[in-house]
Amino acid sequence: MKDFSKEMISHILETAEKLEPIAVRKERSDMLAGKVLAVLFFEPSTRTRMSFETAMLRLGGEVLSMGSVDASSIAKGETLADSIRVVQSYADTIVLRHPKEGAARMASEFSQVPVINAGDGAGHHPTQTLLDLYTIKRESELEGVKIALAGDMKYGRTVHSLCYALAHYGADITLVSPDELRMPYEIIKDLEARGMKVRQTDSIDEAITEVDVLYVTRIQKERFPDPAEYLRVASGLQITPELLSNAKKHLKIMHPLPRVDEIDPLIDDTPHACYFKQAFYGVPVRMALLALVMGGME
Amino acid sequence: MSSEHMDFELEPGLRVRPIENGTVIDHINAGQALNVLHILKLPGQFESVVSVLINSPSKYGKKDVVKIENRELKVKELDKISLIAPSATINIIRDFKVLKKNRVKIPEYVEGVVQCVNPNCISNSSEPITSKFHVYEEDNTINLRCIYCERIISENIVDHLLRE
Repeated sequence: MKDFSKEMISHILETAEKLEPIAVRKERSDMLAGKVLAVLFFEPSTRTRMSFETAMLRLGGEVLSMGSVDASSIAKGETLADSIRVVQSYADTIVLRHPKEGAARMASEFSQVPVINAGDGAGHHPTQTLLDLYTIKRESELEGVKIALAGDMKYGRTVHSLCYALAHYGADITLVSPDELRMPYEIIKDLEARGMKVRQTDSIDEAITEVDVLYVTRIQKERFPDPAEYLRVASGLQITPELLSNAKKHLKIMHPLPRVDEIDPLIDDTPHACYFKQAFYGVPVRMALLALVMGGME
Repeated sequence: MSSEHMDFELEPGLRVRPIENGTVIDHINAGQALNVLHILKLPGQFESVVSVLINSPSKYGKKDVVKIENRELKVKELDKISLIAPSATINIIRDFKVLKKNRVKIPEYVEGVVQCVNPNCISNSSEPITSKFHVYEEDNTINLRCIYCERIISENIVDHLLRE
């Protein structure tokens, strides 16, 4: 995501906006009729996989799925490189999720057709970043957005990717996390070198009064050897209706889902809740990528 | 052509004798000479003389020097040396004279030289690929960024050099 220019990102987001009427079934399209998308998921996924498949079907294309890893040639010990060499001769584009970091980049070396990274272990998940940006663009204001990111800033690399992408849009960022899960110093330094204002705090109450968007992420239990410590940290970052009494009226709350108990369900029906819409926005964004890489749009 | 021992600023009384033919690696960062030998797999089965100077005083502070008789270096070996001793100079010696003197060149990219530190990187799996890194300097430190997982190695590079 670091390699994407602002022009490239903005072009994808504008394309997604043009395709949104098809995603909400107001219009029909056969833009990718006759094209085949191979969906290779070596890890479980619900939203990413289904939204890619929906995106392809809504554009009139076909989807070819690998099925479960256990039933595939991978179970017989085939390398990813060999799988890609074979599948690229069946499809026009490959969508790949794999547990190893850098898998998509390697796959692109063995494929004549485009490979879209749908997540590589703890590495990148660029389509998540794009749909996050699209959500901010549609639900708030992307240029100069005042945003707070709350949760695990240390290990959450999707949060790191989002920060790099937001740097293109002059965002004003507040990072909310306990001391032990602060964003690595090198990343903060890098973001500041890109002209971004970054503040850090451990208080969600303090951050929430100022921002237009609050992006909440899950804190993983396994980061804490002591369960009591996990509970203390997680409850300190919980978003409740009381907390929102100090927020701006137009505040939008985002979450990549699945959530555990970071956001009180009582918030779901308020105008602040944006996370289910965010999951839907994965469809037009992935439609845009598919249309652009398979020549449906320029 | 200058004479070899004149060129390496050795003190009178000469600690290490000049070599007739071979390679002198000079201006190695102090303390890295043994790592250079490690990269060159020396002494191993090598039968000619190898001389090592550690913490030798020079105009720019301490340095290490390695002199290898009857041996020239391969490009991959030079790439590896440049990563741990970026200011080293490579002197090719013929008949006690310096035939050629070049500073090691830090490559922009290295392949099959270093192993990624990230155990979950695709380059550390059974896939038919070799490790690849972009090399860049920042604050006088050499950094290697894995082109697959983007993990950066900036410390103890020598510990991650691939053994052939």
